Amino acid sequence: MIDVILQNPILSALLALGGLSAAFGAILGFAAVKYKVDGDPLVERIDALLPQTQCGQCGHPGCKPYAQAIVNGEDINKCPPGGQATINALADLLDVPAPSLDTEHGEYSEVKKVAFIREEECIGCTKCIQACPTDAILGAAKQMHTVIADECTGCDLCVEPCPVDCIDMIPVQTDLNAWKWTLPTTNQKPLFHVVANELNLIASDRRNSDDEKAA
Amino acid sequence: MTSLTRVWDIPGGIHPPENKNQSLQLPLGEIPLPPLLVIPLNQHMGTPAQPVVQVGDSVLAGQLIGAADGTFSANTHASTSGTVIAIEDRAIPHPSGIAAQSIVIQPDGLHAWIEKEECADFRALDRLELLDKIRAAGVAGLGGAGFPTAVKLAPKSTQVIDTLILNGAECEPYITADDMLMQVRANELIAGTLLLSHILHHPEKLLIGVEDNKPKAIAALKMAIAAAAVTDPEAKKIQVVSFPTKYPSGGAKQIIQILTGRETPSGHHSADIGVICVNVATAVAAWRAVRYGEPMISRVTTIVGEALQTQRNIDVLFGTPISYVLEQHGFDANRASRVVMGGPMMGFTLLDLDAPVIKTTNCILAPGKQELPPPAPAQACIRCGLCAEVCPVSLLPQQLFWYAQAEDFDRLETHNLFDCIECGACSYVCPSSIPLVQYYRAAKGSIRQQEIEKEKADRSRQRFEFRQARIAKEEAEKEAKRLLRQKAAEEAKKKLAEKTIATSEPLEALATTTDIVAAAVAKASAVQISADEQKIKLERMVNAAKSTLEFAQKPLVPNKTNPVISEEQLVKQQVRVKQAALKLAEAEKKLADFIATQPELAAPEPLPTATTPAVATTTAIDDPIAAAIARAQAKLAISPADRIRSNIESLHSRLAKAEERVAEAKADGSINVAALQQGVDKLREKIAETEAQLTEPGANEPVAVKAEKTAAQIAIEKARQKATAMANKSDGQKRAEQIQALQLRLQKARERLAQAEAENDPNIEAFRLGVTRLEEKLNEIA
Repeated sequence: MIDVILQNPILSALLALGGLSAAFGAILGFAAVKYKVDGDPLVERIDALLPQTQCGQCGHPGCKPYAQAIVNGEDINKCPPGGQATINALADLLDVPAPSLDTEHGEYSEVKKVAFIREEECIGCTKCIQACPTDAILGAAKQMHTVIADECTGCDLCVEPCPVDCIDMIPVQTDLNAWKWTLPTTNQKPLFHVVANELNLIASDRRNSDDEKAA
Repeated sequence: MTSLTRVWDIPGGIHPPENKNQSLQLPLGEIPLPPLLVIPLNQHMGTPAQPVVQVGDSVLAGQLIGAADGTFSANTHASTSGTVIAIEDRAIPHPSGIAAQSIVIQPDGLHAWIEKEECADFRALDRLELLDKIRAAGVAGLGGAGFPTAVKLAPKSTQVIDTLILNGAECEPYITADDMLMQVRANELIAGTLLLSHILHHPEKLLIGVEDNKPKAIAALKMAIAAAAVTDPEAKKIQVVSFPTKYPSGGAKQIIQILTGRETPSGHHSADIGVICVNVATAVAAWRAVRYGEPMISRVTTIVGEALQTQRNIDVLFGTPISYVLEQHGFDANRASRVVMGGPMMGFTLLDLDAPVIKTTNCILAPGKQELPPPAPAQACIRCGLCAEVCPVSLLPQQLFWYAQAEDFDRLETHNLFDCIECGACSYVCPSSIPLVQYYRAAKGSIRQQEIEKEKADRSRQRFEFRQARIAKEEAEKEAKRLLRQKAAEEAKKKLAEKTIATSEPLEALATTTDIVAAAVAKASAVQISADEQKIKLERMVNAAKSTLEFAQKPLVPNKTNPVISEEQLVKQQVRVKQAALKLAEAEKKLADFIATQPELAAPEPLPTATTPAVATTTAIDDPIAAAIARAQAKLAISPADRIRSNIESLHSRLAKAEERVAEAKADGSINVAALQQGVDKLREKIAETEAQLTEPGANEPVAVKAEKTAAQIAIEKARQKATAMANKSDGQKRAEQIQALQLRLQKARERLAQAEAENDPNIEAFRLGVTRLEEKLNEIA
C-alpha cells in the first residue's frame, strides 16, 4: 500500500483530495437538506421591524408583503406608521443610508389612533369587519359592531368602506399604564446648535450673552 | 450587640443635608376626619382593585370596598365609616397627574369599625392562613413602592430564606415617618418581626437595619426586644443593626448589601439570594392585620417643609386629601415653591393638591422657595465623572445620559439602565445640574412602551397571519365545493344525455331532430357516452345481428298455408341470410373498431360517432331494397283468397275513412264534397268488384294469382337488379344517386306543399314537415 502511494505520489494525492472533497460534499449536501431554513430569514427580520399595522399605505397588502418587497429591492421609506424610527432601523439592518419618509404614502403621526364605531349609527353591514386586517372588529350581520381597541392597529382601513360613516379614528388616551416620563424639556433643544450658533461653550458665556440681550 | 455586627459598605452614595429634625420636634399627631375621603383603587403596585361597593352604600371603617384583582393586586378598605357618594376618576398622587378610579366616601364622623377578627397567638395558625389575613388586610409595602406584602412573604419553594431584614434605614432627607413609628410602635414592630419570621419559616437572621442618625429609634427597639424576649425567646434573635448614614442606604438592595454583604444580581429579586426585606411600617401593618384583624387604613406620614406652620408626623387615614392635610398644618401657598410627595430626592411634584394620601405616601413635603429652589437650568455635561462616583449600583450615568439623549435603547439596556434605582444621587452631584434621573426615567418609559408596542405588533402580526390563513382556507374550501358541484352537474348531464340517446336512437333514422341546438346537445351527449356503455351497445348489436342470422338460416318448414316450398321462397331465404350475415359482419366490425380504439381513452368517442353516419347511410341504402323485396315476398306469400279478403278489409277501412271525411266536409260546407263523394263511390265500386272475385274463386283465381305472381316477380326482379346495381356501384355513385332520388322527392314534396298552400289545405303542416325532413335528410347525406 505504502509502496503504491510512494510510487504514485501525484495520483495518490489526487485520490486523497478527491476523496476528501467527495466526503465533505456529501456532508454539506446532507446538512443543506437536513437543516434547511424555511422562508427567507431576512424577510422575517425586516418584518419584525415593521410596525405591523397592516395598513397597506406602502402599497402592499400588509407588513410581511412589504418586507418581501424590500428584500426584492423596494425603497425602505414607504411606511408612514413606522416613521423615521422604522426607516432608521431598516437602514441599520440592511446597511444602507436612511432616507426620509416618502410622504407620498402618508404622514407620520406621533399620536396613535384607534378606530371607534359610533354604535347607535352602525347598521351592521359587516363591511368594516371584512376590511379589518387584524380581525379587531366584532359583530355580525345586522348586529351592531364594535372595535376591540386593544387589537386595533389604527390602520384606517375600516373607515372608508363604512356606508354610514360611523367609524371615527380617535387618539389613544394615555392611561396610567401607558404613561411615561418625558425627556427633560430643558434639553429638548439640541445642545449643539446652541453651542454652534452662540458659542456658549460654558455657563458663564450664556450669562454674558443674556446680559447683552438685556442690554 | 449592635457594635458586634459587621456591616458592609455600598458603592457611591451621597450625604445631603438630612433635614430630619423639623418633623421630629412634635410627637406623632392626628388630624380630624376630613369632609371627604377619596380612596383610589390603585394605591399599590400591580393591577388596580375592583370596586365591590356601590354609590349610596354606607360603609364601616375597615370594610372592603375594592377587591384585589389577581395576585399582584391588593384589597382596598374604607378608611372610616360613612356613605359612598361616588365611584369615579379622581386626581391621584402620581407624577402624570392622570386621574384614576377612586371611591369617594363621605364620613359620618363616627369612625365605626367593622367587626374585627382578633388573633392572640399567631403561632397557632397555619402560615397560609396568616398570609391570607395579611392579604385580606390589603397590606402593601409602605416604604414607597407599594408591593403587595403577601406576595413578598410567599417566596418560591426554591428560594431558601435565611435572612429577614426590617428596613428602618429611612435614608432620604426630611422623612422621619419610620423613625417616629419605630419610636412609638417598637413593641408592635418586634411582634411583627416575629410574625414575619414565623411565616418565613424562622430565618437564621432577623435584622432591623437603622441608620445611625436615629438613636431614639434604636434605643426604643432595643428596649422592645428586651421586653419581648421575656415571653418569646425568639425575640433574642432579633438584631438591631445601626450603620453609618449615607444616601441611598435605604434602598432594598442597598440595605441588603450593607447588612449581609450580598449583592442582588441584576434582574433578580432579593429572595434569590435568600433575603427578604420588609419596611418597618409594613411589618407593623402586617402585625396589626393578624393580631387585631385590622385592615390597613392609615399610615404614619411626615408633613414637613418651610411652607407649613406645623411640621410633624401624623397618623393619617388613606384617602385624606393632601390639601386638607396641608390646611391642617397651616400651609402657606405663597411661601411654597411646590408640594412634593415623597422626599426631595425621589419624590415628585404633585400637580393636583386634591390628590389623597395613599399607602405609599411616606412624606408630604411643602418646601419654601429658598429651601428647595426650582432646579437650575441644565448645562452641557463636562464629563467630570462625579455621577459615576456616587452611583450606588455602579452604573455609568454619563454614558446612560448620552444614550438616553440619543434614544439609543439597545445601548441603554446593555449599560443596565434597568438596574438604576432612580435614587437621584447623580443628579444631586451634577455640577451642570443635568436632570439625569429624568432622562433615565424617560428612557425606561420609552423602552417599556417599545416593548409593549412590540408585543402588540407581534399580536397583530399573528392575527393578520391567522386571518390570511383563514381566508386562504375558506377560498380553498369554496373552490373544492365548486369543483364538486361542477362534477356532480356533469354527471347528471351525462346521465340525462344517456337517457335521451336510449330513447331517441330508434328514431334516428327518421331524423326527427328539428332543432339545431337540440341536435348539437344530442351530438355532444353522444360523444360523452362512456366507453363501456358504447361497447355494451355494440355487443348488443352484434348479438341481435347473430340472432337474425340464425333465424334466417332456419330451414324452411312446410306449413298449412304453404304446403310446398317454392323456389321463390328459397331465393327469398337466401337473400335474407345474406342480409343478416352482412349486418352481423358490420356489427362485428364496429365492435372490433371500437375495441381497437378503446385503449386511447382520450379519444374513443370520435371514431364511433364518425362511423355511425356511414353505417346509417349503408343501412339506409340497404333498407329500401330489402323492404321492397320483403313487401313483394309478403304479397307473394299470401294466398289469393286471403289476399282478396285482406284487400276487401282495407278497402272497407278506406271507405269508412272516406265516408267520414265526406261527412266532415259536408258539415264544413267544403267545396270538395263532390270530389270526396266521387272517391267514396269509386271505393264502393271496387269493394263490390273484389267481393265478386271472392265469390267466384275458381274462375278468377288463376288469372289473378298469375297476375299477382308476375307483379311480385317483377318487383323482386326490380329489387334484385337494384341491389346488384347498388353492389356494383361505388360509394360515391351510390350517394350521388341517393341524393338525386332525394332531390327528386324533395322537389315533389315542395310542389305538393306549394299546391297545398295555394289551396289552403288543412294538411299543410304535414306537408311542410315532410319537406323539412327531406331537406334534413338530404343535408345529412350530402
